Amino acid sequence: MRHATLTVMTTQTTTIYTRRAEFLAGIKDTFPMVIGAIPFGIIFGAVAIAGGLSPAAVMGMSLFVFAGSAQFIGANLFSQGAGIGIIVLTTFVVNLRHALYGASLAPYVKHLSQRWLLPLAFTLTDETYAIVISHYQKHDDSPYKHWYFFGSEVIMYLNWQTCTLIGIIAGQQFSNLANLGLDFAMVVTFIGIVVPLVRNRPMLICAAAAGITSVLANDLPNRLGLMVAALVGIVAGMIAEEILLKQRHNESKETQS
Amino acid sequence: MNEILLILGMMLVTFGVRYPMLAIVGRLQLPSSVIRALGYVPVAVLTAIIVPAVIMPQGDIDIGIDNAYLIAALLALIVSWRTKNLLATIVIGMGGFLLWRTVMGN
Repeated sequence: MRHATLTVMTTQTTTIYTRRAEFLAGIKDTFPMVIGAIPFGIIFGAVAIAGGLSPAAVMGMSLFVFAGSAQFIGANLFSQGAGIGIIVLTTFVVNLRHALYGASLAPYVKHLSQRWLLPLAFTLTDETYAIVISHYQKHDDSPYKHWYFFGSEVIMYLNWQTCTLIGIIAGQQFSNLANLGLDFAMVVTFIGIVVPLVRNRPMLICAAAAGITSVLANDLPNRLGLMVAALVGIVAGMIAEEILLKQRHNESKETQS
Repeated sequence: MNEILLILGMMLVTFGVRYPMLAIVGRLQLPSSVIRALGYVPVAVLTAIIVPAVIMPQGDIDIGIDNAYLIAALLALIVSWRTKNLLATIVIGMGGFLLWRTVMGN
């Protein structure tokens, strides 16, 4: 009798994981990042309108591309008259980091069907990745963690669409937004994203090399200078990392002998 | 038209980066040099956008004290470095920009 009750209790603790609970937890844990994305989304809508895109195109970009930084850069390049090829290529480069996220999440979602994988991949963002990977790495055996993943994406997606719409309306109301300084809003947002990423010396060297090259190469046609500068920055960062590793290696050898 | 092509292109490359790795990988191993290079992408690309926008807002290099873009960017840099808070960086950076522009009278 006692034994039977115990079994029931253990079953109860393992079945506490439900789809609904995971979904709601995903929304709840993503909430701080949703708040952070609000100004970003509104500013995007307004800046993209000021940059000359039609309201339908701005909304379409949020609905179908759904990639904050890439959308900002795309709208910015468009306003400067860059060609579609350059904008698409830049979008690709800016979003390449998602390949890393995908590779890192892949082992946890390999049991899921395409019906799940397609929407999960379509709406993957930096914020959701950060939240979801730590949830997957927790040592519990919930079989519904993809519902957590989904919840995080749903709230990010809905928030982004709402904020884009508000930004579009604001951008149409105040036709001369560039004079209000909204063109600087994108720059300051990027500063807020980049600075925390510069955590070590190779990253700093990468940023310095990319920054200097971007000024020197600014006169290249079609904003090609951006790609050149990004490549120089990436190569500089990797070389710096290599040199630093070698130095550490030599130092540890010297202390050993 | 142009805008539809633009969105379609951006959508295809974005999904083309997000989907294959998530769905296919696990079996496939990327060379470690590619993974390391990817790590530098956001910093390299975003810095290459920020610096010209701040140092040459009108198209020519302008590193004077009357360049509100430059002054406010330095302010935002310090706020972000100290707080690591995106919202604080945006609010203080924008506030600094508007204030400096008014003070400098342009």
